[in-house]
Amino acid sequence: MKNQHWLYQTETRRKLWIAAIVILALTVVAEIFIHMHAYFSIADFFGFNVIYGFLSGVVLIVIARVFSVLLKRKGDYYDR
Amino acid sequence: MIASYFHPALILIIGGLILPLLHAKWRSILALLLPVAALAAIWSVTDGSHWAISFLNHELGPFHVDKLSRLFITVFSITAFAGVLYCVKQASSRELSAALVYAGSAIGVTLAGDLITLFVFWEIMALASTLVVWSARTDDSWNAGMRYIILHLLGGVILMGGIAAYVHETGSIAFTTMQLESLSTWLILIGFLINAGAPPLSAWIADAYPESSFSGMVFLSAFTTKTAVYVLLRGYPGTELLIYIGLFMIFYGIVYALLENDVRRILAYSIVNQIGFMLCGIGIGTELALNGAAAQAFTHIIYKALLLMSAGSVLYMTGKRKCADLGGLFRTMPVTCICGIIGALAISAFPWTSGFVSKSMLTQAAADQQLQMVWLLLMSASAGAFVYVGIKFPWFVFFQKDSGLRPEEPPINMRAAMVLTAVLCILIGIAPGLLYQMLPYTVDYVPYTADHVLQQLHLLLFAGLAFFIMLPWIRNMLTSTIDFDWFYRKALFAIWQVVIRVSVRLYDLLNEQSQRSTALIYRKSIRFYGLHGLFSRQMQTGTVALLAVLFLAAYLLFYMIHL
Repeated sequence: MKNQHWLYQTETRRKLWIAAIVILALTVVAEIFIHMHAYFSIADFFGFNVIYGFLSGVVLIVIARVFSVLLKRKGDYYDR
Repeated sequence: MIASYFHPALILIIGGLILPLLHAKWRSILALLLPVAALAAIWSVTDGSHWAISFLNHELGPFHVDKLSRLFITVFSITAFAGVLYCVKQASSRELSAALVYAGSAIGVTLAGDLITLFVFWEIMALASTLVVWSARTDDSWNAGMRYIILHLLGGVILMGGIAAYVHETGSIAFTTMQLESLSTWLILIGFLINAGAPPLSAWIADAYPESSFSGMVFLSAFTTKTAVYVLLRGYPGTELLIYIGLFMIFYGIVYALLENDVRRILAYSIVNQIGFMLCGIGIGTELALNGAAAQAFTHIIYKALLLMSAGSVLYMTGKRKCADLGGLFRTMPVTCICGIIGALAISAFPWTSGFVSKSMLTQAAADQQLQMVWLLLMSASAGAFVYVGIKFPWFVFFQKDSGLRPEEPPINMRAAMVLTAVLCILIGIAPGLLYQMLPYTVDYVPYTADHVLQQLHLLLFAGLAFFIMLPWIRNMLTSTIDFDWFYRKALFAIWQVVIRVSVRLYDLLNEQSQRSTALIYRKSIRFYGLHGLFSRQMQTGTVALLAVLFLAAYLLFYMIHL
């Protein structure tokens, strides 16, 4: 498309991904220097929140996907 | 004290009713002043019960003030002001009027020291909120409003039954902490929970609210459900059942919002999700948990209003509300976009926003009580919130693809209302003391510790990573889904149609049968009594005389034999 905004260019997109991954990596490195207080033994290991956050996101999307198969209807379902 | 003459609820209700009578210019000014007056009124009275009215041998306390009610009325008034500012030039006078009466009735419930006053304002709230839904003046809003009011009147009847039984049992109308030990307190709880959007009747929120006007939903999201949270905080703290109901609502909201294509329905489902967090806190019931639930209600009302204003501005300027139709609006709507992002960060409890300082109290309360499963689920839901609304809303509306839409920013008053609420979200986030000092119990909690901030960043950012990795899946799921309202919109309707069809068939059958038997009777009677029928033949007079003679002769004959 003509007059494409820089945000939509493939090159920008690649740079944004790199920047995001660098930021994520930095927050993981920060855990070395900050003592994380664990309230439960199950959460008492390095990177628990990293793994738990990521898995929560993935699992919820997968669950929603399963539900979408059961509950999916056309937009005008109730109007018919 | 003169201040105790001004009841904040009546200021809004009476003012709201006067509103339509005024000239447009005065109407705008009064509409903006009323919430400010209510705020001033609640902050100038002392704690305690100010009015006492005798009614049917009961002492009503319609003006009962303490820290908890002041907290809720403060946020109700602020949101009513922001909401009015948002639509004062755009909304119909009827919507403004209904919205202010609605806000007033919510405040009336909050100030009720007894169950009768509570019930009266509860019902006014149901009616006024329905008028707000109808103010959109579309067929969809009419039908949705009908379903909405039927459900809320049902809830009102259940609540009424519970209150009547409760007063009969205890002899007291005072609204205090209740135990689930008799039918009456169960009924009252059910009445409260219906307004909170608890299962199985959660669907009314996503059914009715999105059909209101672009501004109506800002008001609707603020009052009904949060008033329910308030009465649950007051009436049922520490009721364990609420933890499980809350957890259900949290994940119900996430899954449905993930599937949803309609931006306003995403935000409606996120109300259910957020109320779930509050109910969990009420169920845990420690001072920290109750503070957390109250704080969460306060911050949520503001950031949800902000999100709905942002979505409402997009709807107002483009007429569109589906993720699939939007995208790329950041270019021409930067203020709406930035305010929307701030609201999205706040609802995700991102550090330095209001959501972080309130939601953290709830997860901390679960950890303190060693409720491991509850804590794990709340943490996972916090991560999930970032996915289903924190990123999903701004991404699909303002970025995503270039939809080709180039709408302008909304009018100045709409932008001002968004900026005001966005500033509040950040202000509470960086200065949590402002909020903490208003909470019902003394706060001994520090949200900003290095490890806590890092923990939250990890949860959110890596859940965000999951979002972008699985983006194609999310895009494919955008659709309409069936919810519990399917039961009364489709199943009941289908059952009704079956009943109609069966009765029509039955009628036809009976009709056919009866026609057939009538015809039979008709034919027989024609045969016997018809023109040449056996019993209606005409006879000559002579024949008749002959017959009579013969009968007489026979008679005589038999008589003689008898002798």
